[in-house]
Amino acid sequence: MKVVVCVKQIPDPALPGELDPSTNYLKRDDKLILDESDSYGVEMALQLVESAGGGDVSLVSMAPNGAVGGLRTALAMGAEGAVLVSDAALAGTDALGTAKVLAAAISRMSPDLVLAGVESSDGYTGTVPEMIAGALNIPSITFAKQIQIEGGNVKVQRQTEAGYDDVECPTPALVSVTAGVVEPRYPSFKGIMAAKKKPVEELDLSALGIDSSSVGKNGARQETVQVTDAEERQAGEIIEDDGDAHEKIIEFLGELKVI
Amino acid sequence: MILTPEQEQIRRVARQFAVSNIAPHVREWEASGGPQRELYQQMAQIGLMGMTIDPVYGGSGLDFVSYALAIEEIAAVDGGISNVMAANNSPVALAIETHGTAEQRTRFLPRLCTAEWLASIHLTEPHTGSDASAITTRALRDGDEFVLDGHKAFITAGSTSDVAMIVARTDPNGGKSGISVFVTTTDNPGYQVLTKERKLGHRTNDTCQVRFEAMRVPSTDLLGPEGKGLSIALGGLSLGRIGCAAQSVGGARQALRLSKQYAEERSTFGKPIIEHQAIAFQLAEMATEVEAGRQMYLHAAALHDAGQDSISAASMAKLYASEMAERVASRAIQIHGGAGFLEDHLVEKIYRDVRVYQIYEGTSEVQKILISRHLDSLDM
Repeated sequence: MKVVVCVKQIPDPALPGELDPSTNYLKRDDKLILDESDSYGVEMALQLVESAGGGDVSLVSMAPNGAVGGLRTALAMGAEGAVLVSDAALAGTDALGTAKVLAAAISRMSPDLVLAGVESSDGYTGTVPEMIAGALNIPSITFAKQIQIEGGNVKVQRQTEAGYDDVECPTPALVSVTAGVVEPRYPSFKGIMAAKKKPVEELDLSALGIDSSSVGKNGARQETVQVTDAEERQAGEIIEDDGDAHEKIIEFLGELKVI
Repeated sequence: MILTPEQEQIRRVARQFAVSNIAPHVREWEASGGPQRELYQQMAQIGLMGMTIDPVYGGSGLDFVSYALAIEEIAAVDGGISNVMAANNSPVALAIETHGTAEQRTRFLPRLCTAEWLASIHLTEPHTGSDASAITTRALRDGDEFVLDGHKAFITAGSTSDVAMIVARTDPNGGKSGISVFVTTTDNPGYQVLTKERKLGHRTNDTCQVRFEAMRVPSTDLLGPEGKGLSIALGGLSLGRIGCAAQSVGGARQALRLSKQYAEERSTFGKPIIEHQAIAFQLAEMATEVEAGRQMYLHAAALHDAGQDSISAASMAKLYASEMAERVASRAIQIHGGAGFLEDHLVEKIYRDVRVYQIYEGTSEVQKILISRHLDSLDM
């Protein structure tokens, strides 16, 4: 079984981020790390291959500046190798452009299953996985909390507000993995050293046969027009308990229509 | 110092583990006396318990810089746990790898690297600390065995460790060359824990007094040649000082981080206190001192990795960083004001935890002796 996991490398959320005023995009000049939401996809892929008793987990990522720090973390967790699409022309690519590029890289890898996080922790469009499936013309299942491969089918428990739905489709397929449904393993120090020697194939747009004007800032059909600070949270209401606090809280929650 | 991508990854993983798996429990573990063994086994799965040991024996085969970086991360959330990790790694496992027989390496190292076994080092005695050659614990040969009698003090993990590295006198009249090292298991009826000490800090590990009473150990538990014990024990201490400096930086760095956070949240006279120069300048000075301490321990570790003499650099790093940590922790409490004196804030714990770094692995005074002996080798 061959599983390809889409991983995004993002600026470290622990550091103060900065927006590029000309594009309103996050600046990505610094070192990039593995997006935590993708670590669930990597963990899920490793577990699937382990329980199948064999197979291969590969990574695919896209970065304009050739960054590999985040990929090395996922390789240290246990993935076998990675494909990185890196090209200066990719700067400013929108969600659809990203999906096209990743789909072109994935199609060369012929996987049985493609996994992705539901959404990235920096861009949050939450649209790339399904657009990749569209570009590859394969079925896709979203919000997986559990995945099983049986014969030529993938069976998924798809998380819903009330619980989960059982859904199933033939492979190859793309499944997006909900954050928090598995506990991503820590890369071991031995894994970190071994990852140094694992293959990272770097491809540019021409290797994928993609016209550079169809991606990047010029090819983007989506534009971030304006960014404003989120409104500061208002202080909450403090209810003093004179014996009837519970009633006031019930009333308050009732007004919010949460109970 | 510029770190390699792998050193950065190792630091990140150690930090992630410390923040997620240790930090939320430190107050509870201070009250209970320490974490369960499971924590050290989880640390071992990542590679934290035998970091520099050859992978043949289950270690990670890493450099000393990586080890020191990881120690800083664990010490940043808890000094006591970092101390158990350090004892396992640097004096004990490293000494067994360097001086042990093939049988000793195979018997001890894989178990230490997985934390199936934890280690303690038994050097200090109630009447002697800095003057290690004055120890009186005896180990007298009796056929194929040695019989140990004596009293050790300030033994980290004395009651929870499975392996003891014991420094004892094998020749009563041999002076400095009458001292030997043994590495043996603690499930020996002659190994008796006398007391678990109550302490200012490092309450998440057990510091004990241990008595050896007619404790018989096979002569195959002798580590290295008979009579070479002092150089084996003190050789390990020199590297331990780099670890101690890294622990100091860990505590200081956390105190700094918490102070900055508090100074951003706390307002006086209409603005956050970080906007008062009196506080901002203090934070700037603390940050500079933390960074100086970090560069010093990294430099000492890099010298060791390059096979160069690191004794003086290690002593300087340890002397500076341990005293710096107390200063920074004290200023952190000052920035927190009365709140910093309460257990509600972690700076209170850090202040207690960092104090011992000026004492163990050689006091500040001992470091000054060592540094003053190496003055000629300095670029002046």
